[in-house]
Amino acid sequence: MNRDEGWYDESAGPLVRPYTITNGRTPTATAQLDLSTQVMALRAEREPTGLSPEHLAVVRLSRAPVSIAEIAAHLHLPLGVVRVLCGDLIDRGLVITRSPTNRSAQRPDLDTLQAVLDGLINL
Amino acid sequence: MASSISDDRGMDSVPTPVKIVIAGGFGTGKTTMVGSVSEIPPLTTEEVLTEVGAGIDDLTGVERKRTTTVALDFGRITISRRHVLYLFGTPGQERFWFMWNDLARGAIGTIVLVDTRRLETSFAAIDFFERRAIPFIVTVNCFDNAPRYTVEEIRAALAIPDRVPVMLGDARDRESSKLALVRLVKHAMATALPASV
Repeated sequence: MNRDEGWYDESAGPLVRPYTITNGRTPTATAQLDLSTQVMALRAEREPTGLSPEHLAVVRLSRAPVSIAEIAAHLHLPLGVVRVLCGDLIDRGLVITRSPTNRSAQRPDLDTLQAVLDGLINL
Repeated sequence: MASSISDDRGMDSVPTPVKIVIAGGFGTGKTTMVGSVSEIPPLTTEEVLTEVGAGIDDLTGVERKRTTTVALDFGRITISRRHVLYLFGTPGQERFWFMWNDLARGAIGTIVLVDTRRLETSFAAIDFFERRAIPFIVTVNCFDNAPRYTVEEIRAALAIPDRVPVMLGDARDRESSKLALVRLVKHAMATALPASV
């Protein structure tokens, strides 16, 4: 991910207060989005309308699958704000997501653990 | 709206994320370990929290609420097209322990890093994951000038149960960190199996 592609840069600083971006909403409805949850933007026929610059920045970053934590790091936004933005994009059908396990309290199943083990050994 | 989407890429294009938490007291080498195996330079992200109570040392200007910012360091390892592994370092300060729950939820498990010069800073981490039945291993980060102990001495000093693996390592070293991750995943697999009767 090339940070230079973003239109936020280091010197921009906190342009607006975090909870101005989310209209004061907090991420209760999107609490199931884990830090590692993968977000991928779906290609739309035309540029979606009615989105804030921050929403569009998330869409641009997630053309290839990317985690909530990476989006927050690259856009210099708090995790809670990114959860709210992604929740909006999910509601509008603009992104799809995949979380670590179906039920968040669960641990990964044995097949997943075996795949991770194989991958680590082959690194 | 959804009807304007024309995308042939489905859920198969999205890898399943998995997490491993790197815990331990302040200065035990958590971010160093993340950086030694991550395919990207460690990234930092922040959670802005509304704080109740005293002891605030980091105020940010969000309206008039008293908020504090917790920084999290993390890295990434692409396992395959189907799986991507994230390594999250826990915030070191004790008052952010409640965030460990979020980090550990759905995780494979935790590597608790120990610095032999400050054993006591890792007591709490061991206790935290032990209580929650989250698979964890203990890795002693062998700092150059730190006193050397055997695995048995560390186990005794920290009262680590026999079922929890303890190993020596060097958080700066990629192979050492890889070995710790492998050990943890194997441990998680062993504890995930139904008890053999």
